[in-house]
Amino acid sequence: MMKFKLATMTAATALLAATSFAQAEDVEVLHWWTSGGEAAALNVLKEDLEGQGIGWQDMPVAGGGGTQAMTVLRARVTSGNPPTAVQMLGFDILDWANEGALADLNILAGMEGWDDVVPEALQKFSKHDGKWVAAPVNVHSTNWVWANKAILDELDIEPPKNWDEFVAALEKVKAAGKTPIAHGGQAWQDATVFDAVALATGGPEFYKKAFIDLDPETLGSDTMKESFDRMAVIRSYVDDNFSGRDWNLATAMVINGEAAFQMMGDWAKGEFLNAGKVPGEDFLCFRFPDTQDQVTFNADQFAMFAQGPEVGKEQAALATAILSPNFQSAFNVVKGSVPARTDVSNEAFDACGKKGMADLKKAADSGNLYGSMAHGHANPASVKNAIYDVVTAHFNGEYDSTVAVEELVSSVEIAQ
Amino acid sequence: MALASTDTVIRTGRTSRFIIYTVLIVFCIYYLLPLYVMLVNSLKPLDEIRGGGMLSLPQEWTLAPWGSAWSTAQIGVEATGLRPYFLNSLLMVVPAVAISTMLGALNGYVLTKWRFRGDTIIFGLMLFGCFIPFQMVLIPMARMLGLMGLAGTVPGLIFVHLVYGIGFSTLYFRNYYAQFPDELVRAAMIDGAGFFRIFQRIMLPSSGPIAVVCIIWQFTNIWNDFLFGASFADFDSQPMTVALNNLVSSSTGVKEYNVHFAGAIMAALPTLLVYVVAGRFFVRGLMAGSVKG
Amino acid sequence: MEQSVPTRNKLGDKLADFLPKLVLSPSLAIVLIFVYGFIFFTFYLSFTDSRILPSFGLVGFENYDKLFRLRAWSIAVDNLFIFGGLYIVICCALGLMLAILLDQKIRSEGFIRTIYLYPMALSFIVTGTAWKWFLDPGIGLEAVVQSWGWTSFEFNWIKDRNMAIYTIVIAAVWQTSGFVMAMFLAGLRGIDNEVLKAAQIDGASNWALYRRIVIPQLRPAFMSAFVVLAHMAIKSYDLVIALTNGGPGRATELPATFMYSYTFTRNQMGIGAASATLMLMTIAAIIVPYLWSELREKK
Repeated sequence: MMKFKLATMTAATALLAATSFAQAEDVEVLHWWTSGGEAAALNVLKEDLEGQGIGWQDMPVAGGGGTQAMTVLRARVTSGNPPTAVQMLGFDILDWANEGALADLNILAGMEGWDDVVPEALQKFSKHDGKWVAAPVNVHSTNWVWANKAILDELDIEPPKNWDEFVAALEKVKAAGKTPIAHGGQAWQDATVFDAVALATGGPEFYKKAFIDLDPETLGSDTMKESFDRMAVIRSYVDDNFSGRDWNLATAMVINGEAAFQMMGDWAKGEFLNAGKVPGEDFLCFRFPDTQDQVTFNADQFAMFAQGPEVGKEQAALATAILSPNFQSAFNVVKGSVPARTDVSNEAFDACGKKGMADLKKAADSGNLYGSMAHGHANPASVKNAIYDVVTAHFNGEYDSTVAVEELVSSVEIAQ
Repeated sequence: MALASTDTVIRTGRTSRFIIYTVLIVFCIYYLLPLYVMLVNSLKPLDEIRGGGMLSLPQEWTLAPWGSAWSTAQIGVEATGLRPYFLNSLLMVVPAVAISTMLGALNGYVLTKWRFRGDTIIFGLMLFGCFIPFQMVLIPMARMLGLMGLAGTVPGLIFVHLVYGIGFSTLYFRNYYAQFPDELVRAAMIDGAGFFRIFQRIMLPSSGPIAVVCIIWQFTNIWNDFLFGASFADFDSQPMTVALNNLVSSSTGVKEYNVHFAGAIMAALPTLLVYVVAGRFFVRGLMAGSVKG
Repeated sequence: MEQSVPTRNKLGDKLADFLPKLVLSPSLAIVLIFVYGFIFFTFYLSFTDSRILPSFGLVGFENYDKLFRLRAWSIAVDNLFIFGGLYIVICCALGLMLAILLDQKIRSEGFIRTIYLYPMALSFIVTGTAWKWFLDPGIGLEAVVQSWGWTSFEFNWIKDRNMAIYTIVIAAVWQTSGFVMAMFLAGLRGIDNEVLKAAQIDGASNWALYRRIVIPQLRPAFMSAFVVLAHMAIKSYDLVIALTNGGPGRATELPATFMYSYTFTRNQMGIGAASATLMLMTIAAIIVPYLWSELREKK
C-alpha cells in the first residue's frame, strides 16, 4: 500500500508556502473550545506562552464535537500547512501518527518524566510506536449519572446500585408524573448511554472484547442483545420530545426539576455549577449502576504536528505548558474533567471533581480504566460511527434488538 | 424596458382581489417568521427566552446581546466578538465577486459574439461544473492550493470562490448577451473596433441588469460559504460564517441564544442589504437574461 | 491590441481571430483542472484503500460493494428522491402561483417581492437555530398554537422518523421558492400582451388565458428553475446539518451528508469517493440530456 508521502510533501510545499507559515516565534493551535468557560481556560495557556515571548495564533473551528475541526485539519495537512498543535481525541491521534504527520516529543517527555505521571491507559493514545506525539490535557469520564436531589428525596429514592433498582427508581419517577430520564437524541448521546449500559450488562471483559477487540462473536452475542433490550427499556423512560435535543438542554431539564436523571459525561457538571447548583446538595453524581468500579474515559489531547525535522522550541514550550500542573488544575476545574496527570493536587476541585479524581486513580490502578467507545477511545472513527448508526437506529425504533445485533456485526465488519 | 408596459392585461374582480391580497399576506408571514423569531429573541434577556414563548415580544427590551455579539462574545480564546471577522469576509468577498463577474462577462461575450467551433461544448462543460458537490473537492483543492503556494491565504480563498463561481456567472452573461443584437457588434467591427473595444463600448454599458443578478448571486453564495472559509482560511483570515459557527455551535457551556440570534442577524446583514437595495433590479435582470430562451 | 489599426495585415487578422479564444482559455483551463480533474481524481480514489488521507493502493470494486451493503446509503438515496422531488415540485408550484398573484398590479409589489426573496440571502448557519425552534414541538409551532387554545394541535414531524424529511422540505422551500417566484415573474413580464388581448376579446376566461397561453410560454423559466433547484437539492447539506443532523436516527441522511461523513468524519475516504462518484453520475444522467437539448436548440 502506498501511503501519501506526508513528509516529502510538506517539505516540498514549505518552500512555496513559506509566506503563509506561522512566524518562527508563534504557535498555531486548532481547537473547538469556543464556549465561554473552556475558551477562558485555554486563555491561561495562551498567557503562559506569551509570558515566554511566544505568540498564540488562534484557529477555532467549532461544531459537531470536533468533526468540523478534523475536516479543516485534513485540508491544512494536505496543503502542506499544518497547525502547530491540534485538539484531538483518542484514535484520531493514532491515525494521524500512522500517516507520519506528528512530531516526536520523546526527548522532552523524557526530561519531564511524562511516563511516570500520565496513566498508562492514556499513554496508549499519546504515544505511537513508543514515541510521544501528543500532550494530554484532561480525562473526562463518561459513565456518570446526574440526578436532581430534590426529586430523589421527595420520592424517597436512593442512588440505584444495580439495574433492577435503577428501573424501579425510573418507574417511581414516572408514576410521580415527571420525566425519568432527560436525554438528547443525537447519535453520540445515544452511544454514551449505550457505553454504560453495555459495560453494566456484560461487565468489563465483555466491553473490552466487544468494543476494543471488536470480536464478532461477542458483538453478536446474547449479552449484546440484552444490552439493546435495556436500551429499549431506557427509551421507554425518555420523553417523546427527545430527538435532536442538545445535551445541555437535557441537563437543564434535570436542573429545573422536570427530569430526575441524565446519563452524561462529567462536562455536564459545568451546567449545574453555572446554574448556581451545589454538588451533593442540589444535584448528585454517581456512576451508572453496576459500573461503580469502572471508569470509561475520553481524553482531550493536543497532537503536535511535525513542523520540520526537529521539534521547535515553541512547540516544546507549548507541550510543557500543557502538562504543567498549574494549567492542568486551572483548566480542569473549569471544564469539569480531571487532570491527565495523576500528581495534581485536588484542592481546587469540588466534591464531584474530587470523587472523579479518586475514581480515576483507583480504576487506573486496578486495570478498570477503559476507553469510551462513544467518544472515540475504544476503536477508530470508522467503527465508532458504524456502531453509532446501529445504536441510534435501534434507539429510535427503526428495528428491534435481534436485528440490531445482526446489523452491529455487519456494520462493524464493513467499517474495518 | 419600462416596467409599466409589461404589466399583465388580465383583469380581476373585487372578490378575487381580496383573496389574492390575503394569500399574498399569508405568505409574507411564512417568509418573515424565522427572521421575526430571530429578531425578537435577540432583543430579550436570556431569562425571558428560557421562560417565555418563542413568538412573544420582549417584556424588557435590551440591546446588550447585539453589543456582545459584535465586540465581546467568545469566538475563540479571545473574546473579540464578530467584529474582526466582518472585515475578513469583506476582503475576501469583494474581489471574488468583482473578478468572477468580470470573467463571466468576458466569457459570455466570447461565447455569443465571437463564436467558434466547439464553443457550445465548452459552455456545457463550464455549466456542468456548477453541479459538483463542494465537499468532494476539498482535499484535491487543498493539495493544489499548497502546490500553488496559496494555502491559508486570502488570495487562495478568492481563487477557490472564483473557480466555482465561473459556471453561473458565465451562464448569466451568456444568456443575456445572446439577446443582444448581433448587428450592433457587426457594425462596430466594420468600423474597425477591436475585441476589447466592442466589449467596453457596446456590451458593458448595457450589462447593468444582468450584472446585478450575477453580483447578487455571487455575493450571497460567497458570503454565506462556510466549508471553503473554514478549510482554506488561516487563523487571521477566517470569514464571518466560521466565526458565527464558533459562536453558535460551541459544544459545552450555557447557550446564550439571544447573543446567537444577534450574531446571526449581523452575519446576514450584508446579504440582506444587497437583496433589499438591489432586489428591484433583480426581476428586471432575470427578465432580460436568464429565463428567456 | 484593442487599438486596432484601420488597415489590418494578415498577422493582425490572425491575432484578432485568436484573441477571443485566448480570453476564454483561462476559464476553460480552470474548469478542466478544478472540476474535471477533481472528478477524475475522486473517481480514481473510489477504487483505492484511502482512509484518513488519499492513498493509492487499488482495491477494485470493494468500496462500491460496501456502499451497497450500507443501510444508510439506501436511506440517503431514497431521501434524495423524496426530498428532491417534493422540493422541486412545491417550489415550482408555489413560485408560479405567487408570481401570477403578484403580477395582478398589486400595490407595493416591490415590498412584497423583497420579503419573498430575502430568504435566499440567508444561509442555514444563520437561520438554523430559528428553524429548529420553530419545528420543535416543545417550544415551536405546536406549543404556540396549543397556547392559543387549540390544544389538540400536533406538529411533531421533526421528531418523527417517517416525517422528519418533510420538515426539511418545508425549510428548503422557504429558502428558495421566493427566488423561483422571481424567475417566473420575470417570465410573465416578458409575455406579449397582444396575444392575451386578442384572446380576451374572444371571451376567454382568466383561467383559460393562463392555462392555454401564459403557462406554456413560461417553458424557459421552468427550465432555468429546474436547473437551479436540482443543483440546490443535490447539494443540500447545511440544511440537514442545521435542522436534524441526519436524525432522528439516520432518517434524514442525504447523499451529500453521507458523503461528507464517510470522507471526513469516519475516515473511510474510499467509500466517500464511491458515493461521490455515484452522485455525480446521477447528476450527469439528469443534467446532461437537459443541457444537450437546451444548447442545441439555441444554435
